[in-house]
Amino acid sequence: MSAAVEVKKLVKTFGSTRALDDLDLKVETGEVHGYLGPNGSGKSTTIRVLLGLLRADSGEAKLLGQTPWKNAPELHQRLAYVPGDVSLWPKLSGGEVIDILGKLRGGLDEARRADLLDRFELDPTKKGATYSKGNRQKVALVAALSSDVELLILDEPTSGLDPLMESVFQDCIREEKDRGRTVLLSSHILAEVEALCDRVSIIRDGHNVESGTLSELRHLTRTAITVETAAPPSGIDGLEGIYGLKVEGNRASFDVDTHRLDAAIRHLSGFGIESLVSQPPTLEELFLRQYGDESKPEATADSAA
Amino acid sequence: MSDLTGTRTFVRFFARRDLLSFFWWIAGGIALYLLTAAGVDGVYPTQADYNAAAKELAGNSALIALAGPANALNTLGGQVAWQAGLFGEIIAALMSMFMIGRHTRAEEESGRDELIRSGVVGRFAPQTAAVIVVTAANLVLGTGIAVALMAYGLAGAGSIALGVGAAGAGLVFMAVALIAAQVTDSTRTMYGITGAAIGVAYLLRAIGDVGNGVLSWLSPLGWGQQMHAFDNEIWWPILLFPAVAFILAAVALRVANSRDIGAGIFATRPGPPRAGSFLQGEKGLAWRLQRGMMIGWAAGLLIAGLGYGSAGGDVKAVIGDSGVSKALAQGGGDLTDSFYATAILMMALIGSAFTISSVQRLRAEENAGRVENPLATALTRFRWVSSHGVVAALGSAVVVGVAGLGTGIAYAFVSNDFSQVTRLLGASLTYLPAVWVLGGLSLAIFGLAPRAAMASWLALVFCFVMMFFGPTFNFPSWLIDVSPFSHVPLAPVDSFDLAPMLVLTAIAGGLSTIGYLGFRRRDIDMT
Repeated sequence: MSAAVEVKKLVKTFGSTRALDDLDLKVETGEVHGYLGPNGSGKSTTIRVLLGLLRADSGEAKLLGQTPWKNAPELHQRLAYVPGDVSLWPKLSGGEVIDILGKLRGGLDEARRADLLDRFELDPTKKGATYSKGNRQKVALVAALSSDVELLILDEPTSGLDPLMESVFQDCIREEKDRGRTVLLSSHILAEVEALCDRVSIIRDGHNVESGTLSELRHLTRTAITVETAAPPSGIDGLEGIYGLKVEGNRASFDVDTHRLDAAIRHLSGFGIESLVSQPPTLEELFLRQYGDESKPEATADSAA
Repeated sequence: MSDLTGTRTFVRFFARRDLLSFFWWIAGGIALYLLTAAGVDGVYPTQADYNAAAKELAGNSALIALAGPANALNTLGGQVAWQAGLFGEIIAALMSMFMIGRHTRAEEESGRDELIRSGVVGRFAPQTAAVIVVTAANLVLGTGIAVALMAYGLAGAGSIALGVGAAGAGLVFMAVALIAAQVTDSTRTMYGITGAAIGVAYLLRAIGDVGNGVLSWLSPLGWGQQMHAFDNEIWWPILLFPAVAFILAAVALRVANSRDIGAGIFATRPGPPRAGSFLQGEKGLAWRLQRGMMIGWAAGLLIAGLGYGSAGGDVKAVIGDSGVSKALAQGGGDLTDSFYATAILMMALIGSAFTISSVQRLRAEENAGRVENPLATALTRFRWVSSHGVVAALGSAVVVGVAGLGTGIAYAFVSNDFSQVTRLLGASLTYLPAVWVLGGLSLAIFGLAPRAAMASWLALVFCFVMMFFGPTFNFPSWLIDVSPFSHVPLAPVDSFDLAPMLVLTAIAGGLSTIGYLGFRRRDIDMT
């Protein structure tokens, strides 16, 4: 299976700002790939380089096997894009914009267009100037999702959508995945990423800090344990990779590095486990640990003290 | 909390934000008067020269229509008032329009206003603050003009009258801009409405000044000239400026009070749910985005052409001092034709403003973030640039063409000679290649140095100065020849010549190509 997106050592500077700094990113064909990162970390810049709107300073970017800066128009027939901040022409109606973008891309699926308008509850007769942010976003989504393409590039596509529309969006992305389409989804909404994505890449300061499936990423973080034992547990603080330990009589609660979980449970079973609650880290915790300034990327897995 | 809470903060904020812009507007305005004075001094070394010039100019209808009534042209003061007064007033009016737009409708359109208004801010505070700042700027401009001219050595009364004329026109059009900002919900349309009002005022006084003078009194641009600076000043027209400005501003506040924030007074109507097949292509889109502006310019120039055309019967003598008239006198030819050659050249220069703003639409789309999505489709950069380029090129032909057509039709009725229609239409189209050169330059700037978009407007001002004032100020001929318009035969006086048109068209094409190649190599600017 070839990669739909392959980025190696990509560098993009704006004046003295290094927006992308040796970025690596790989999206396999057919997967939904979550692209996470704090504000200003370079997500949109990556996407714009992939679309050939910006020219990289160095490094390699391949999209569907081709170079975006050189082959932009040919590539664009095979992909659809939803920008994070959709600007519409004030005097054109939403329906007109959908048709224009669809036609410029090479045609759209009429049945799907009608279906999407219906599901997103979008009034196509309103003018661009009168749409709210969420509705502008819907215009771009309908235009992108009703075209017949291999790759969807979505830059925070659901910002401004209400929870009902968020769930419509998630259904649509699942349908796209079932049709074998590849999706690159940049997002801040962790529940959305958790629900949709096969794999995730985390970018920070223009640099890729983590890539993998959600369970792989989870493995790099801590699991929360609450345990009751027959005999009062002791010696937990002597184990490696234990944080925030609290012992009260026969109860103990602590966080443990996920790859040290086995050793911790073996130790506890010596005291006779009566009940055990184990909570895998949420994506949010994963996120906060990757972003938080005190935990530098190289310090996350092993040496955090 | 009153309707004006926060005004003081806004005043300080606006003043600081725009200090530099105001400086350039005001410095530019004052420089216009001083440079004119210095130029006139150089051209007429003796009183005998002044007397000769005054005698020639007094009967020149074309120049009177262009610059205003000929009063005391045998003095330095009278010459300055005549050559600079009207254009100084227009500078003040444009300054007021842009500054009011920037602080009222543009803020609302961008949504920034909403953020600010959620604070402790009275309903009229932003408008009131904008009025205070722009009024102050006009007063500084007027005072600066008066002081600068007195320092140059001109009489105090006349200098003050010229300063009052400029500041007064600035105040009236500030109030007009304020009304326009309430009526429409788009900044672009607001500038269009105010600009059209300035154009109508210019035209009213042009027709009035050539004719019996009644229409001049309907034009705020005429009031300053009716004060007769340096020619036994008449002071009471001073009262017209604050009175009219106050009434118009009161109307604007009344409208502002009855509408929602962000809206105009006309509600936006729903549009069609589907795009027509023409609109679905990039050319259709470019046409749709630009047609309103093109129709507005074409209508304005049609009216201007009809105005000039109907004045044709009154033209008595055309041997003046302006560069164009000099050239005409040397070339010989019919006096009425000379009048029309001047008029058509001027309308072609004004029409170039459409061409430039049409090409700069590319930059406006880029700045507004509306090019990202189309260029992420199969649309190539070439097709996108050329779609707007084609609209600009053909739109220019329409805008410049209707100016000649209007002139021809009106003159045909006045003179009962209907061959004038095609003759004057042809004369206006002769300038098209020169107009295209300015469009090509604008496109080259868009591709190579997009942030320097203002430079295309400077090029237009340069052409205007070279064509109308170059010979007067004895600029070297190589400098005058930089203006593409100086290579076009002065139709309908000079005979038609194909060669310069082909060369200019080729230059326009070359500049456009450079612009496209530059754009192809650069990043799209993102917000």
